[in-house]
Amino acid sequence: MGELTGAERRIVEAGAGDGFVTTKAEALLAWAQKYSLFMYPFVTACCGMEFMAMSGPRFDFSRFGAEAPRFSPRQSDLLWVVGTITQRQAPILRRIYEQMADPKWVLAFGTCASCGGFYDNYACVAGVDKIIPCDVYVPGCPPRPEAVLDGLMLLMDKIQKGDKRPGVVKPRTDPSTSQTHGLVQLRRRDSVV
Amino acid sequence: MAKVLIELVRQHFPGAVLEAHAQHGDETIVVDPPRWHEVATWLRSAAPASMDMLSDLTAVDYPDRDPRFEIVAHFYSLTRGHRLRMKARVGARDGTGARIRSLADLWGSANWLEREAWDMFGVVFDGHPDLRRILLYPEFEGHPLRKDYDAQRIQPLIEYRDVPDIDKVAPFGPHEGMSFGRQTHARRASDDGADTEVFPGGEPS
Repeated sequence: MGELTGAERRIVEAGAGDGFVTTKAEALLAWAQKYSLFMYPFVTACCGMEFMAMSGPRFDFSRFGAEAPRFSPRQSDLLWVVGTITQRQAPILRRIYEQMADPKWVLAFGTCASCGGFYDNYACVAGVDKIIPCDVYVPGCPPRPEAVLDGLMLLMDKIQKGDKRPGVVKPRTDPSTSQTHGLVQLRRRDSVV
Repeated sequence: MAKVLIELVRQHFPGAVLEAHAQHGDETIVVDPPRWHEVATWLRSAAPASMDMLSDLTAVDYPDRDPRFEIVAHFYSLTRGHRLRMKARVGARDGTGARIRSLADLWGSANWLEREAWDMFGVVFDGHPDLRRILLYPEFEGHPLRKDYDAQRIQPLIEYRDVPDIDKVAPFGPHEGMSFGRQTHARRASDDGADTEVFPGGEPS
């Protein structure tokens, strides 16, 4: 974080002399908020495994300042909805959301949380945006860790810009050209030396 | 092994076994519903049966049959290592009169399994100590695994948010990992495969 690069450089202006910069208070606040997301993991289903992988050292979302999970909604500002939400659980989730203090953001992790997936039936809520507003949707069943990181960075970008509209993580593979961008290539066993 | 058992049941309860078949080690008897508990008691305690474990108890809805529901119990003997499936057919075609004697006094596991069968199919188990819904909430009306339960019917506990496009489909398409689900298929059929924009005003950058 120490050195200002890329997008961050655009929000500050060099001052007249050495040793100070000027910026807008909102931009500075947003910059601080996006790097100190305290998260509340609402983990209900198999996507939780992917969430654990994300918090482990290999993918490690603590690199983005989203390190400390808080199991009290009053101390957190990013709600991760990880997994299927049933109708029976919906009041609980809404109450958790309402208990969170502003500013707060919601990330729908995986297909079930985003739209219900194939749990489009009598028991489940087809997408948590039916009961609480969502900021970022990460599709996938479960999503790849790269997609979750993309989602987290997309959210940070939205916080910086003050953009309240929901966003969807796009796939890294372009289906028209079959080009992959940084995805892990699976290899056949016999080709592995 | 269990073919012998079927014969024993026939001998002990003349007229109670309506049907029986044994194929590939898959022994099944269909018993007369009023004698369901009596046969089960014998299977539990008689030495040649010794069915000390109730592995599963559930129901099946055959809407075109009369009686409509089939109660299915799977027994296993840990001491003898054999299995038996016992069925009983209950209930009128309109869904009423689906009742049978509970097995909860014989096997503890029957308690929750019968509650599930009640929850999903609305089969009443007479003599059950605590016949409540087990998976769904008390406010739920009807029994969702009955074939006449409307597949589109949901019963939310809290009201959905009052915003436009709340019934929108997934905010992403089949190539983004959403190739299944009823909504997606309906949308595909109406759009002829085209991906429509679900956020009015365009995708945020």
